[in-house]
Parts: sequence; structure tokens; C-alpha cells
Amino acid sequence: MGERVSFHEQAMTRPEVIERFGDLHPPFDEQAAVVEANRCLYCFDAPCTSACPTHIDVPRFIKKIATGNLEGSARTILDANILGGSCARACPVEVLCEGSCVMHRYNKQPIQIARLQRHSMDSFYESGVSLPFEAGPEMGWSVALIGAGPASLACAAQLRRQGIRADIYDARSLPGGLNSYGVAEYKLPLAESLREIDMLSVLGVNFQFDTWVDAERLAEIEREHDAVFLGIGLGGIHKLGVSGEKLHGVTNALDLIAGYKSGEIASISGRVVVIGAGNTAIDAAIAAVRLGADEVHIVYRRGPEQMSAFAFEYSHAKAEGVRFLWHVQPVRVLGDNSVVGIELSRLTTEADGSVVGESGSGFVLEADLIVLSIGQATHTGFLGESGRDGTKVQLERGRVLIDRMSGQTSNPKFFAGGDCTNGGREVVDAVADGKRAGIGIAAWLEAQRGQH
Amino acid sequence: MENVQASELLHGWRRNVANIKPTLETTFCGIPCINPFWLASAPPTNCGEQVMRAFDAGWGGAVWKTIGEPITNVSSRYSSIDWEGRRMMGFNNIELISDRPIEVNLREIAEVKRRYPKHVVIASLMVESKRETWHEMVQRAEDAGADGLELNFGCPHGMSERGMGSAVGQVPEYCEQITSWVKEKARTPVIVKLTPNISDIRMPARAAKRAGADALSAINTINSITGIDLDTLEPNPNVGGKSSHGGYCGPAVKPIALNMVQQIQADSASALPLSGIGGIGSWRDAAEFILLGCGTVQVCTAAMHYGYRIVEDLQDGLLKWMSEKGYATIDDFRGLSLPNVREWKQLDLNYQIVARIHENLCIGCQLCYVACWDGAHQCIHLDRTSPVPDTTRTPGMVEAEAAKRISTTPIAKLDAGKMGLNSAITPLERIPRVDEEHCVGCNLCSLVCPVENCITMERVDNGLPFESWEERTAKGLVPPGQAVMTTNH
Repeated sequence: MGERVSFHEQAMTRPEVIERFGDLHPPFDEQAAVVEANRCLYCFDAPCTSACPTHIDVPRFIKKIATGNLEGSARTILDANILGGSCARACPVEVLCEGSCVMHRYNKQPIQIARLQRHSMDSFYESGVSLPFEAGPEMGWSVALIGAGPASLACAAQLRRQGIRADIYDARSLPGGLNSYGVAEYKLPLAESLREIDMLSVLGVNFQFDTWVDAERLAEIEREHDAVFLGIGLGGIHKLGVSGEKLHGVTNALDLIAGYKSGEIASISGRVVVIGAGNTAIDAAIAAVRLGADEVHIVYRRGPEQMSAFAFEYSHAKAEGVRFLWHVQPVRVLGDNSVVGIELSRLTTEADGSVVGESGSGFVLEADLIVLSIGQATHTGFLGESGRDGTKVQLERGRVLIDRMSGQTSNPKFFAGGDCTNGGREVVDAVADGKRAGIGIAAWLEAQRGQH
Repeated sequence: MENVQASELLHGWRRNVANIKPTLETTFCGIPCINPFWLASAPPTNCGEQVMRAFDAGWGGAVWKTIGEPITNVSSRYSSIDWEGRRMMGFNNIELISDRPIEVNLREIAEVKRRYPKHVVIASLMVESKRETWHEMVQRAEDAGADGLELNFGCPHGMSERGMGSAVGQVPEYCEQITSWVKEKARTPVIVKLTPNISDIRMPARAAKRAGADALSAINTINSITGIDLDTLEPNPNVGGKSSHGGYCGPAVKPIALNMVQQIQADSASALPLSGIGGIGSWRDAAEFILLGCGTVQVCTAAMHYGYRIVEDLQDGLLKWMSEKGYATIDDFRGLSLPNVREWKQLDLNYQIVARIHENLCIGCQLCYVACWDGAHQCIHLDRTSPVPDTTRTPGMVEAEAAKRISTTPIAKLDAGKMGLNSAITPLERIPRVDEEHCVGCNLCSLVCPVENCITMERVDNGLPFESWEERTAKGLVPPGQAVMTTNH
């Protein structure tokens, strides 16, 4: 058996793509980090810590930067959030830690928590120190984790720290899920996501890649393990349901982002139309700009007030040159073999809030590429059809129902966390879910042993 | 009727204030000064070229870098304390007196005085403890045209090992002896510079006064080791891997200097015209030294940090403050704070204040809460949203509750109605409450609060008359055995 090749070394992002997707928030240099760290007031029961889904002790890790204890700072971060490096880059901190900073009420800029967190994590990686935690003494239990995204990774790390075997199954050939393939490269490069997973792998996590888990495989997995964690995320992006959707040149935002990150897409030319105005739509639109598109439009059936993208994402997209068309909806995709355009019609909002088409308002937007980003379906079919034998776990509108504190589903042997339970939030939410579930699984297994 | 008079008085006062054109001109132990800002004897006054540039920048006087038999310095010579990103909050040196020949220094003093006759040049002197040597040095300095002499009995490093500097200042008898030798010869005012490295600075001050000194200057630098390099284990400043105790100065030492200035000025056997030194960097610092009785102030570290140009705001700021307060001259406010410094036993035991948190200014950092619990008297609580006051929740309990809270990223689509994280308004549960009944009025919360005027200390009228420990003891109200207990006297 040869030397294991690190995940980090397997990142396939093309150099020219990496170059075009430079850091959105460049790192601090050492002195600037200390100056910024010293601005932190060291609040007691700090609002930033409360706002963070993983409850990183923010003032504590920041003060450690100020005292020059960078390794301790990274340990403080990792203790709460095993993907602290990814979260430092990918988190929408404007609505989390930085958004809750007391400096807002003091007529001052909030502390740049994300950049400070990245500073600690970057220097931790550079120092070459290994993960400051060890696997706990083996307890003899094993847990299967379906999906190798942030929820499963955080859960697996927690299980390993408590001496429980963690086997992760994923359909892809590299771990990380959306953390690796779904976050804009200028926020979180694929290689960085993989590097973090290399680091936590030293706890002894087993990965089963290229494994598609269907109902049959799930039954097998369930038999072989003491508990199952579902970190399966969401399914594919919804279809428009209009004619021409199958033409060459129609794709979706997640495939586009995964495509350029994995090296399959090197550049984009011509005109691009992104349908939808969520955060993923913005990531895809900006990616199209950076990959060389001549013109990028985002079209949305409501107005800017109703868009689900964060305000700072909207500003970012405008700054990158993305154009927005509000109150329009696709009628059909035009083209013979390949896309040449999209027909749109104008919408008006009635007094009761419903949106209706204006007759005769149709117009055509020329396009060489159409990117759908109108929300993700759920991916719970393999858990069984409701109605017949009943599902493995109780679902609600496609989401797996869990006890928020322990991650336990209606089926005591099954736990879940991340997008499949919350409908699609952030990496940090998935990490928090996974960590709570890891603790929940260990406690449940312990209680089970007590009963037998 | 009373109101009308009061308002007329106020008007009159305002008119007077508006008419006052304050001046910084003053006289210090007979030496006329265009302003009270002198550069202390140190590297900024090393040579004539520097002193003339300093005068051009606006300094009123300079105490020349101490003149004596030339010495050899080491390299490096300085080190400092940085504080949370600010440089040189405390500064330390192991440089000795002038390394230039006596005749060169004196020639340059003559040149400066010829070109700047209205500016003050004080010759700082340190020579061997011999009567004739001092006589000769005094004669030469005065012949060069110095306006006065400062006797350096304070330098704490190097020179003290050779029986000079603080070795003299620490022994009142030596201080008195040498001062009297100098006074035998001197025709110009003699200023004795005191070392703080002594348990009671009044002892050398009294000795200098007994010997006929015309003025004092205080403080010289404080013995210090500024820090140790945690990689090499060698202290700073590093001279080939070794260091030596140096003289500490800069902003960090101002409170020590103010205390010593007050001790000297409050002691009739010590009090003389005093040139204040120690951490002065702004007009505010200067005003404080003058309020405790100083006639001039001397500056070094701030000028070493930022250059001579800082004197512009020293003048501008002090003049503006004088004009605002209605002081026409330095003497108008000199020493005005001295009566307000008392011995502890004379303070009013019945004076009562409590902390008040102004909710509209509170940013919710809760630093006052943890400071009061861990560092004071456990009378600030986080119970504004509790149904009843809860004075039993410890910081540990608050943190444990917070750790159990589940937070998620707010997303518009999923959290309709819950968005709008309004960070501009402090949530009520984060605004601490003072238990005024138990508050001892220690000030700690108002000191840790980062927002100005958010926590104020408010007078509580308890109806009790003034009563000091001294009075209470005199009335026999203190049980025997406790009456002798005092703080440091």
C-alpha cells in the first residue's frame, strides 16, 4: 500500500481559475491582526459567541491573537468548530458574529472577526502542528455517516473524540460536500476545504467514496452500525418547467460552481442569464463574470426587497457588474440545439401579494448559457416512501425532523443534521448540527448500553 | 430675584473670560520664561544644533544633556513597553550623561544663548563629589551663559555605580553637602533634580532646601527592567546578550511623578519652585503638574517619540484651557489642586456615591457586570428581564445558559419575520442593573465601561454630616486597637 495522497493534493481547480477568484477578504498581516485584535472589548457572554451557531468563544480566540498565542487561538476555534478555517472564509458574518458586535452600537466598525479567525487558522496550518485533539479510547461502537459534507464531518470528529468509530459514505470521490464544491472560490477555495478535512482525518475517520447510498445500501449500513447519521444535504436544483429547458447550454448554479472548482470548467464566454436571486444565484453570477462571460443577468420574479440573498451579496454582485432584471419570469428557453435566448414576461404584484403575468409583456433576452438557481429539491427518497411501509424517519415537507439538541430523528437509531434538516442554511449551521448530533449519538449509545 | 443675579453674574464671568488673553510667560525661581515648556536633560538636548531647532519649534527652555567628564555609552540603550498596540507607553534607557567634551558643550551653550537670548538654557551638571571640582564646573557653566544650573542627583544607572547621580540623591546628607558646595559658588539659580528611587522623596528635597537650593525638579527616571525576550531569555535593552537596570519614564510613570510632586509641595520643609517631570506628553499632563504646584514642566519621552513639534499643542491646548477657565497666567492656577489632596484619615466617611448605568448609552458588553462580580462587590446583575430581581446568578451560570442556546444563521426566506437583526439597539437583557443598595461606590464599573458617560457615579444624599476617620477617632468612637490603623501616611 502506497503513501496516502492527501485530499488537499487532489484538488483539481485550474490555476487560471484560482487566479481569477482571488480572495474576497484578503488575510491580515501579523501586525494588522494584533491591532485589530486589540480593538476587541472582550465582552462578557459575548453576543458574537451567542450568534455563532457553533458558539466559538470569539473574545477568547481574539485575545490570544493579541498575546501572540496563535496556536492557542486556533485550538479555541477548533474546539468549538472543527471546520473553523472554512467558516472563517465562508460564513456570512454580517448576519452572524460581526453583525452582533457591540461596536455597531458604539458608532464603530465591528471587529473583523472572520479575518482574525482566518489569521489564526492560516498560521495554525503554516505551523504544521497537527490537530490539537486526539481520538478518545475506543468504545467499540461504530456510526455510519451518510454524506461527507460539513454536518457529517463535524459529527465524525465529535464521535472520534469520544472513541466511536466513524464511517463516512459519499457519492463523490473527495470529501466536503458543498463546503468543497458549493462555496464560491473567492470565499473558500476547494484546496482549503480539503486541507481542513485532511487535518481532522488524523482522528481516524474512515471515508467510503464513490458510494451511492440507496434504500438497499442503507439497510445494509444500518445493520452494520450502531447508529446512522444523515448528513445528506439537499437534492438537485428545481427545474423551471418551461419548454427548451433540456437544450444544451442550460445548467444550474451548483453544477456551474462545482464545475469550475473541480477543473471541468475553465472559462465561460458570451451572455449568461441566471434565474433566481438567492445567495447561490449570486455566487453563480459572479463566477460567470470572473470566468469571462461578456454579460451576466440575474432575473427574478419579484423585486429586490423579496430576494433571499443577503444585502452584502447583492452589493457584491452589482460591484462585479452583474445586472438585475426584477419582476420577470421565464416563459420558454429559445434555441434549436443550443440555447440562443430566453423569453421572459413581466409580472405585477396584486394587492393581495400574489404575482401575476402581464399579458403581452413578453420579451427576449439573448443568452448563450442559462443557469438555474431557484432552490434545491430535497433528497430523501432513499429513506423510503411515506404511505407504504412508512419512511425510516419522520419528514416534514421533505426535511428530516430532529430534536434540535441531540439531532435524533423519530427513529432513535437515526440522527441527522445540516441542510437536510434545516432546508438549506450555512456551513456553520451544519457544523453546529453535526457537533450536537455527535454528542447526542454518544449519549444515546451510552444510555442504550445502560439498558442492556 | 436670586436667579436674576446669578444669571448676571454668569454673564459677567463669561464677558471676563472672553476678554482674557492668557499668557504662557512666567518666571521660575527668578528666571524669566517665554513659556513653561522645557525639554528635560536627555538626548533631545544633546547639542546646540538640536536645542536651537527645539527653540524654533516653540520650546521655552532646555536643560542641557548632563555635562561632566565624557563617558562611553553602550549599544543598545533604550527599550520600551508597548500596550495593546500603542508604542512606548513606558520607556527605559541605560544611556549615561553627555559623551561629548565639557568644552564643546559649554561652547555650544554660549552659542545658543547668543542666538536665543530669551530662551532658557539650564546646564545640567554631574561631576565627581569633590568641592573644587563642583566649584570649577559651576563657574565654567555660568561663564558660558547658562541661565541656571540643574544638579543631576537622579540618574539611576551607570553613574550611580561611580558614586554620582542617584548615589548622591539617595543619601540626603550627600545631597545637602554637594548642593551647599554649589551654592557657595553659583550666581544663577540652582535646581536640584531628585531621584524617585527612594522611599520618601521629601528627605532629599528637605536636604536640598536646607542647603539653599533655589528650586527642585522631579522626578528623574525610575529603576526598571522593561522586559525579557522570551526566545533568548535576555532582558531589554540588549547589550551583547546582557542588560542592566535602566531609568523608566514615559506615560506610564506620570501617576508616580504626580504623587511625588504633591508630596514635595505639601511639605513646607521641602517646598520650593518645582519643575515637574515624568510622563508629560500633552497640555493636559502639563496642566495637572502645574495644578500640583509646578512652575515649569520638562518633557523628554514624548519629544523622543514624536519630535519637537509636539510643543505646538502643548502651548495651544494649555492657552485655550486657560482662556476657557479664566486663568490669565500660569501662576493663576498653579497649585490650585494641592488643597484637594488630603490624607486618607481626613476624607469624608459619610460621602456616598453609587453607580448608575445609562441604558441609552449601554452597548451591552457586560464588562461592568463581570468586573463587579470578580473584582468588586457583586452588586451588578443581569436581571432586567427576570420577573423579580435576581442577585444570585453568577457569571458562571450566565455562561452556562448561553452555551445551551441554539443559534442559526438568519435567512430571509426561512425566517420570515425573524430577520432584521437590529444591532443598533442593545437588547434589554444585556443591559446590566446596579443594586444601588449594595453598591459601595468604588468606581470600578465606570472605569471598565468603554463608553464615555455610560456609567456615572451619582451622589446619594444620606443626610449624614461630614465625618472623617480622624474625627471619629478623636471622638473616641473607634475601639482601641483600631485607632492606630492607618493607610500609608
